[in-house]
Formats: sequence, structure tokens, C-alpha cells
Amino acid sequence: MKTRRDFIKISAAGAGAATLGLSALSWKGGNSLYASNDQEPVSEEEMTAHSTYCEVCFWKCAGWTYVDKKGSIRKIIGNDDDPHCNGRLCPRGTGGVGMYNDNDRLKTPLIRTTVDGKQGFRKASWEEALDLVASKMKGVADKYGPEAFALFNHGSPGSHFKHLFHAYGSGNEGEPAWAQCRGPREVGFAATFGSWIGSPEPTDIRDTKCLVLIGAHIGENMHNGQVQEMSQAIDRGATIITVDPRLSTAASKSKYWLPIKPATDLALLLSWIHVLIYEELYDKKYIDQYAMGLDQLKAHVKNMTPEWAYGITTIKPDVIRKTAREMANASPSVIVHPGRHVVWYGDDSQRERAIAILNALLGSWGKRGGFYFKESVPVPKFPQPKYPHHEWDWKDNLDGKYPLSSMGITSELLKASIPEFEYKHQIKSWIVAGTNLPLTIPDKELFKMAAESVEFICVVDTMPMDITGYADVILPECTYLERYDYIRSSPHREPNIALRAPAVEPKHETKPAWWIAKQLGDRLGLGEYFNYDDIEEVLDWQLKKMGTSLEEMKKIGVKKYPRTSGALYLQDGEDYHFNTNTGKIELYSTEFEDHGFDPMPNYTEHPQPEEGFYRLIYGRAPMHTFSRTSNNPNLADLMDSNSVWVNPKVADLWDLKTGQEVWLQNQDGVVSDFPIKVRVTERIRWDSVYMVHGFGHTNKKLTRTYGHGASDSKLITNVMVDPQMGGTGMRGNFVTFLTENPEGEVES
Amino acid sequence: MRYAMAIDTKKCVGCGDCVVACQTENNVPIGYCRDWIVENVNGSYPNVEIELRSERCNHCDNSPCVRCCPTGASHIIEGGIVKVTHNECIGCGACIQSCPYDARYSHPDGYVDKCTFCDHRLAKGQSTACVSVCPTNCLYFGDLDDPNSDVSKALRNRTSKVLAPEAGTKPQLYFLT
Repeated sequence: MKTRRDFIKISAAGAGAATLGLSALSWKGGNSLYASNDQEPVSEEEMTAHSTYCEVCFWKCAGWTYVDKKGSIRKIIGNDDDPHCNGRLCPRGTGGVGMYNDNDRLKTPLIRTTVDGKQGFRKASWEEALDLVASKMKGVADKYGPEAFALFNHGSPGSHFKHLFHAYGSGNEGEPAWAQCRGPREVGFAATFGSWIGSPEPTDIRDTKCLVLIGAHIGENMHNGQVQEMSQAIDRGATIITVDPRLSTAASKSKYWLPIKPATDLALLLSWIHVLIYEELYDKKYIDQYAMGLDQLKAHVKNMTPEWAYGITTIKPDVIRKTAREMANASPSVIVHPGRHVVWYGDDSQRERAIAILNALLGSWGKRGGFYFKESVPVPKFPQPKYPHHEWDWKDNLDGKYPLSSMGITSELLKASIPEFEYKHQIKSWIVAGTNLPLTIPDKELFKMAAESVEFICVVDTMPMDITGYADVILPECTYLERYDYIRSSPHREPNIALRAPAVEPKHETKPAWWIAKQLGDRLGLGEYFNYDDIEEVLDWQLKKMGTSLEEMKKIGVKKYPRTSGALYLQDGEDYHFNTNTGKIELYSTEFEDHGFDPMPNYTEHPQPEEGFYRLIYGRAPMHTFSRTSNNPNLADLMDSNSVWVNPKVADLWDLKTGQEVWLQNQDGVVSDFPIKVRVTERIRWDSVYMVHGFGHTNKKLTRTYGHGASDSKLITNVMVDPQMGGTGMRGNFVTFLTENPEGEVES
Repeated sequence: MRYAMAIDTKKCVGCGDCVVACQTENNVPIGYCRDWIVENVNGSYPNVEIELRSERCNHCDNSPCVRCCPTGASHIIEGGIVKVTHNECIGCGACIQSCPYDARYSHPDGYVDKCTFCDHRLAKGQSTACVSVCPTNCLYFGDLDDPNSDVSKALRNRTSKVLAPEAGTKPQLYFLT
């Protein structure tokens, strides 16, 4: 089928031919990517250090970028005062220098063009590209209203474009952080404790006596502060209980690893609740004082015994009892971790409710070694006019569906972009800033239909990510090492802020997101919302109001503030109002009940794989962030592809060997774009396979990672939607092995 | 003085930060490394264990690499650190063959390269790049002759092992088990 917007695999119109010439091998052993030809290390005293906070993942650790006398970035080191990293960046933060050095970076603005019937990109000046995007924004506003322009975003660039969109008159913005990641836990915990978890998680891991991980793989999920604190907890002899069908790194460090049958976690959680209540192990004083709904909960879980759960989960009743008692013994210094990427089976808000309820029964919310009360310092708003009212946003399209969603649902914005779905309000154009939708959103066909339906797509990114192949205009953002962004004000034990300042001038013709947003704003007649020449003015104004200055923050990088909201933990017997309907911790959720949902969680059976198929489980590797980093030269050097983990029994059945390439085909007949290498390992159950998310890139301009491994997102076509908040449950997909090339060409 | 390192396998998550930090600190070209991660899996599902180890040159007391070096480029400096003088190295690779730990590699500029225990940092009172960056704090470094050094304390309180003890090289990396 010929579509309006061909996915552009190779630049046809001559943009950046040099970037294409770099083969995947030429950099190996070549020296173009190491900072200089100096063989000897350069000492820190001979370099200048520039404050930054990291953008390789979204934990945002503060650090120092070291630049040598020749102007080369040599290394990035954590800021000792930063509670996100305590002076120690993770491999991605340390390897952030690769993001700057990557020769595959977007270098100039690009505009889609057709030459001899073939679509490609041509280089454009900023002037021309910005004029074009602004004219499209103006055109949409005139024809359909500004609401028809949607923003997909993630990370720091998103905040600048959100400001632009609010000034322009659109509230249609979505980021995968909600419906493809942590939305359900925010809903589940808000319904129970009246508070989101947020990021960084206020888990007091360093002082915990018992850490319970439900599929959370801290250590592979390299959110720095949590990994550091888990290590401290290990040093202090804390008990770790990990529930995972895979022997994750965290599971290997656990006293108890519960190798659960996938998709049955809720049954285990309910049986733990049963044990805590019926063995009277819960924190009675805490529950009496702070919680409501215990009687209903007790009646609700009456039959949810460990024996009942055994039949579902395959976890033995004595192990269920023993682990429940371990938690109770550690109470209140116990954390049943909410997890982060929790969109699994579509009943995820309910599973998170069960996790929240467990924490309540253990009295851990607001207690040392449990969850602390986080606090952040407000950043004053730079003077600007009030944002205009918008007539509608994504929520108005839902007709009452997903009532507890409080952030834009990316998948719903995609559907609203497709006329066939006949949504009341239609999306006509997009800006995509800092998120690689094709490898992030499940159901790629839906994404492609949406991309083909809209009139215009502008992509802002640092790299030629897969999403850029769908763009009409590509605007090259400089990396975080070359730009300012807004102040990082993080909720933590101690409120604190961090500054990101450029260490070097932007390479090539790249520009910071704040500048791009302002240029568009100025062109749209929204200059009064961008009432400054340089973002330094905004930052200095804000920082001075916060008792410091841009000059001082450049020297210290991180500033801490005293708490003003009260103590880190609840004092014994202290009166406390929870921000729920009843002011209490709700074991019985009145909010859920009001919206017609089960006020207490129930176990629902989910489909299991048919013979010859295996549940597709995906996760993270500590040196990569989603699909963002797979082309980073330093990080690709650590891991340049994913593999599919296969249990030896399954491997025997299929005659698979480690290192052998296979294609994966899912239950709907969808085949991976590329082959993936098998890893035969005892670390995975026989009914499941596992792969690291973020590989299988289809854009050839990503020379180091194109065609390496398989994309889990491509194989996720069965999406189980969470009725409460619109989360896209992605763990209900099953794959089988194709050992011969299915003649599957790279997608066109 | 005797420098040594202890690696806590109970805390290491195998993230590879030590590898990247070494590369950026010591300007090691991409595609090569002076330290690396090993994952050992034992047992069968669900009775499985993993050992994760951050490995590098063992700075052996009895170093075959130094003994076999025809030019004297491989040598031992104060604290027992095994080093290679780049401009004296002819790149013959004998040392690479002799090392039971595969700790050396041929640098594209024609010499053999390896971990230096970041002696340039030690001289300034800093620890090695890998120790300084490790998010799990699983690497302990210091002087074995000093009972209060991090490495001495770690070894005192824990059981440990060395790799390939049968090679007789008296390695100075200790893995806490």
C-alpha cells in the first residue's frame, strides 16, 4: 500500500551522506570517538567542570561535565551533594559522553521532500524549518482550533514544548510515562494513601529491613538512588523477597525468590493480605488510627488463603506464609515496592491497590525503612500572561472511560488521530519531542495508521530515532551536555534543586529545546509568553527568588533546602490527614467504588500461552534506557543487542543453541523485523521468554544499532487496557520461534 | 605497601559502570576495555544462583606478564601495580598469552594496555575510577599493609576467593562471597 507518509529508511535526498558511510564496524578500534588522541589521562585540575543533570534516563542525577583545554568533553562525574546519585553516576550517566560524540546524531533541520517519486529528507535552514512548523501550527489553529495539534513528549524537551502548547491553546499532550509505564501505581496508591508515588520513589530503602519486589528489577532497572540504597540494605542484612518468573539480578540477591507463574501476582498479594489479617500480623495500632475498611477487607480476603493462591501462582503455601511473616517481623521498616513499569495485564491499578494495601497493613507508609514523606521546593514561575482557555482536551474524547487518568493517554491521542475511530474531537498534527513512539507504544499498526492519518508531524530529537522516519520536519536538538534546561526541583528527603548548564557549544547545527520552543512561539505571535532573549534570564530570575543565583548554581550544581512540610516520618500516634475521600488510608476505596470499580482488588485469571508459545516478558538492562541509548557508542560497547532468554528445557524441545538466531512470531502472526540471538539460560521459566526492551531499531541511520536484536514493542499486539486509567497492559503476548528466515523483509 | 581490590559479588549488579568510567578516565578506545563483567549462572530453575564479578588485571605478586616481557615494558611499581610503559612495548603480545586472566589487550596504537589501578589518581589521593563510580559500592580498594584500608576491612569481615589460584600468580583481586 502506498501511503502518504512513507517511512524513510535511507535519506534519499542527500541529507547527511557522511553519517551513512559510517559502518557498524568502523568505529570499533577506530579512534574517532575517543575524546582525543592523548594517551594519558587528564587530571581534573586541568579541566573545567560544568554543572549538569543527566538526561540519559529520567532519574536526572546531577553531575559535572569535565571539559579539557582543547574543548573536548572527557568525562562526566556525579555531584557528591546530589541525593539522586551521591556522587556516583550509573553507566548511562558515565556514558552520557557518547550521546554527545555519536556521529549519527541529527545535525541539521530536515524537511521531507519527494524527488523522482521517492520520499526523502533534504537539509533545511532553521529559519525555513521553523517557519514551516509555525505555519502548520497556525494553519491547524485557524482550521480546526489549536487543540487539534497534539504533543507527545518525554523528559526535559517536553517541558519547553508543553509551555509552547499551553500558550498556543492546546492541552493535548501525552507521554508514555503514564499509560505505558507508571500510571497504575499512581492511581492505586492515590486511592489508598491519597498520594502519588512520583519520581524518585519515596522508598526508604537504605533503612529498610525487608524489601519486597513484585517484578521490579532494581539493578537491571538502574534508577541510581534506588540501586545504591538496595546495596546499602544488602550491607545491613535486609531481607529481600523477589517475585519474578525470571531470576532477575535482584532475585539473585534475595533471601526469597518466588518464581511465580506469570500473570498471577494479584493472587499472591491477596493471599499475603489474608495471612497478615487472619494471623493478626498487621500493625493494629496504625490501622486503628489511620485506616478505614478493615472489616470489609477481612471479609473480602476470607477465602483467599495461601492454599487458594498456591493453585494459581505455583508458590507453595508455606513459602507464602513464611514470607508474609518476614514482612510482618520487619514492620514498619518494610517496603512492598510499587514498581515502575507496571502496565502488565490491564488490572494493574487493582494490583497496585493490593500492593498499597499490603503496605498499609504493615504500617510502612510514613515510617522509617518504609515510605518517607517527600518534599520538593517550588520553583517560582517566570512572569507571563495567563495561558488561554482550551475548548477541549484528550479527556473530553473519553466519554467517561478511564476516569482516573490524570495525564494524557498516548494511545488515546493516537486513536483520536485516526478518523475511522470517529472520536468526537480529532487530532490533526503532532509535535513529538524526546520520545521514540514506534518502539515505545504497543500495537505498532495503530501507531502507523495514526502517523499516516495526521496532516503533519514535527519531530524534535537528538538522534535519528525510528520516529524521525515518520516526520515531515525534523528539528535537531542538542544534547543535554550542550544546553540549559529548566531547574530540576526534586521531591526527596531533603528538598533540593539542580542546574543543567551547557559544558560546550552545541555541535553541528543543533539547538536547545527552549530556543526551538521560543522561536516557534515568537513566530506564532506568542512572544509575551517568551519574554526573554535567553533562558539564562529566566533561570537567574528564578534562582534569585530561591535564594541563590545562576552564577552560584554553576559553581555548586546542587542546592539543598530545609524541610518546611514537617518530619520525614510519622511520629508515634501523630494525627495525620490522608488526602483521600475519608481522610483515612482507604483499605476499601471509596474513590474506586464511586467510579463503579471494585473497591477492593480481585484476582482475575489471564490467558496462558498455548502449546508451542511462550509469554513474552521484557525488561531493562542497566546500561540502556529504553530505545534511547542503543546507538550510544559507549553503551553499545557494553551491550549492542538484546537476546531472547530461553529455558534449557524449551531449548531442547526446539533444538535451540545459545547464539543461534531466530525470528519471533506472536499470537497474531506478527514476526520480529530482525532475528534475535538465543540465550539458553536457567534464569527463565519454561512458559516464558525474556528480552531486554529497546532494540530492533528499523532506522538505518542508527548505524550502530540498526537491525540489532528484536523489538518487543513490535510483538506486543494484544493490549489489555486498564479500565481505570487507560494503561496499556503489555504482558499478554505470546511468541513462538521461527528458526528459518520467514522472508520477512525489513518493514517498508 | 601492597595495593589490592576486593569485589563484593553479593552487591555487584553487573551494570558495567566500572567499564565505562575506566574508558572515559583512561581514554580507552571504544571496543576495548581494561575491566569487564563476568556473570556465572549455576543450578537449574528454580534453584539457580548468579555470581556477578567486575574483573580486571589482578596485579599479581608473581606476574607471568612481567617475567615474559622481552623489553621490560611490563614492570612493577610501588604498591605492586603492574604497568606497561607504552613506548617501550613492541606489541609482541607475549604478555597477553601469559596472563591467565585475559586482562591485557592490544591497543590500536600498537602497544599492550591494561588496568593501572589508576595510579595517576592514587598519586593525588583519589581512588580508582571504577571504585569511585560504582553505584553499588561493591568495590573496595586500598593498601593491604594498612589494616584500616577499605580493602583490609572488607577482607577481614568476609569470606573471599581469588580466581585461578592454581596458576600460582598470587593475584591481588579478591572476590567477596
